Amino acid sequence: MFSLENITNTTHTWLNQTFSPTLALLTEFLIVGVLVIGLFAVLGLVLVFMERKVSAVMQIRLGPNRVGPMGIFQTLADTLKLVMKEGLTPNGADKFLFNLAPFVVMITAMLILAPIAFAKGFQMWDINIGVLYVSAISSISVIGILMAGWASNNKYSLLGAMRSGAQIVSYELSAGLAVLSIVILSGSLSISDIIASQQNGWWIFKGHIPAIIAFVIFIIAVTAETNRAPFDLAEAESELTAGFHTEYSGMKFALFFLAEYVNIFIVCAIGATLFFGGWMPFHIGSWTAFNNIMDYIPSSIWFFGKTFFLIFLIMWFRWTFPRLRIDQLLNLEWKYLLPISMFNLLLMTFVAIMGWYF
Amino acid sequence: MLTSAFYFIAFVTIFFAIMVVVSKNPIHSVLYLVLTFFCISANYIFMLDATFVGMVNVIVYAGAIMVLFLYVLMMMNLNAIAEQKRSVLFKISAAVTGGMLLLVLVAALKDANLQIQGSALEAEQRIGSIKVLGYVLYSKYQLPFEVASILFLVAMIGAVVLGKKDNSTKTIGIEPVK
Amino acid sequence: MGASSLIVLICAAVAFSAGGIAIAKFMVKGTKNTAKGEAYECGIPAKGTPWDQFNVGYYLFALIFLIFDVELIFLYPWAVVVKSIGWPAFVEIVIFMFILFMGFLYAHKKGALKWM
Repeated sequence: MFSLENITNTTHTWLNQTFSPTLALLTEFLIVGVLVIGLFAVLGLVLVFMERKVSAVMQIRLGPNRVGPMGIFQTLADTLKLVMKEGLTPNGADKFLFNLAPFVVMITAMLILAPIAFAKGFQMWDINIGVLYVSAISSISVIGILMAGWASNNKYSLLGAMRSGAQIVSYELSAGLAVLSIVILSGSLSISDIIASQQNGWWIFKGHIPAIIAFVIFIIAVTAETNRAPFDLAEAESELTAGFHTEYSGMKFALFFLAEYVNIFIVCAIGATLFFGGWMPFHIGSWTAFNNIMDYIPSSIWFFGKTFFLIFLIMWFRWTFPRLRIDQLLNLEWKYLLPISMFNLLLMTFVAIMGWYF
Repeated sequence: MLTSAFYFIAFVTIFFAIMVVVSKNPIHSVLYLVLTFFCISANYIFMLDATFVGMVNVIVYAGAIMVLFLYVLMMMNLNAIAEQKRSVLFKISAAVTGGMLLLVLVAALKDANLQIQGSALEAEQRIGSIKVLGYVLYSKYQLPFEVASILFLVAMIGAVVLGKKDNSTKTIGIEPVK
Repeated sequence: MGASSLIVLICAAVAFSAGGIAIAKFMVKGTKNTAKGEAYECGIPAKGTPWDQFNVGYYLFALIFLIFDVELIFLYPWAVVVKSIGWPAFVEIVIFMFILFMGFLYAHKKGALKWM
């Protein structure tokens, strides 16, 4: 049967048999590097295309349909256009920080990939505190955004960066609390343990009411954290031109844009892992026959299917809700989401200790 | 291998720490500071396998640096700062203060026994494992943990008292508060 | 792969970004124009500098966030062991959260969590 785990294991043994251990290790590093770069490029192309097609469907239009069949090469053409553009640095900008900021944003986006399990046994680093690692690294991206906004020497950029910072850090709290309520149930921070604990059903079903509340809070919080509409205040076109990347052009802008979409993928992957079992197929308790049938679908398809479903959900939000004002945004977090998620955490603890989950 | 990696990370850390002090622009200083802290985290992760401590370091300092960043933006007029010249006396007094701190630290660490007992894996079991930490913190040290929450309360009240005047002046956006 | 995967990922990110920017540099023949370097503020000539004193509101939110963030870190080891410790851990966290919630209510009453 098709399985990514077998491929990696075969490659690993073959490399170790053919080359010296050091060389084999270096080759593996190279392969992983090429793979993540490939993943980034493909994700960028696919997600931007998906965004445009989903928007088109929501608004009953066709969307991109000229470049290639169904317009599937549209984003490739857009990327080519961006490569051909000149990367400007505005006068009076802090040149060093201005050019460093896209790198910081990209590095943080790339680093979060480390603990994500893409398929069964297909994970870069099964770090024992995976979930904490993800929230730690994602909090660094604020620094990249503030850097970009400040270095641009543009009032809109700085204002957008400040808003973005206030927004990201605020919603990080309730996202963290929502994540913790799943950690209570699984009793581990490691991604592979969390997935393994969902062998007999996904947490969103097993944890019933508190898990569903946690999921709703999580999805709202990550939508805000990735600066997506209706929380896209940081780059509200009608108010701030383009927020923190107003002054960026050409490839540097493309990097910010790509990092934004990759971040959406990452948070959805985390959401899928915590609430929908990651690569774990849809299992119901001890119905062995049913579970075996589900196991025939490869684990990578389960993972990407769930992740893309959540991405679709987030894209759906964009065309359903109007943009919030900054005071409404902060009110939503500090007056509603944070107290609710704190209470929900206690509820989840109560449920977990009483054993009222499946 | 591990020793040379340690020396490399330590060298980079010290380099960034020096850059914090020498760079003229306060924003640059703040960003070098975050690099310094991340290098220390890298030390925890790569040398000791203490991933939890390393990640806590990253979370706290990423947040703290953001606060400092905003503090610089809020308090300082950077254009004025760039031109300001510091007197020689100021520099000398800073050097003396820093030197004395260094002296105290060296004196304190000179006799300390810094050898890791047992293998790195055992060390990870002792200090890095979050389960062990959880059991110790929430069964043995319950009272200090609750006292820590009072510390948070004090910090929060302090932040609010300092940051919020009752007769809040209405300012919009980046209008200078003068 | 262990912790070395972090180094691989950082290298990959830098290679990807630097490669993209280098290719773009190679493809583009830039033209000189003084207007190009101006700050883009919707066509109106930019006045003043953005590097000025900023509103205290952002700072206050950052401070309160930091306190909650540290609290959240305390909750991570707690969440891992709470199921095995049971009720004592529950009681502890209720007291912990109650005290923090007091601070939160205080900030609310003072209007620190209100925008501007």
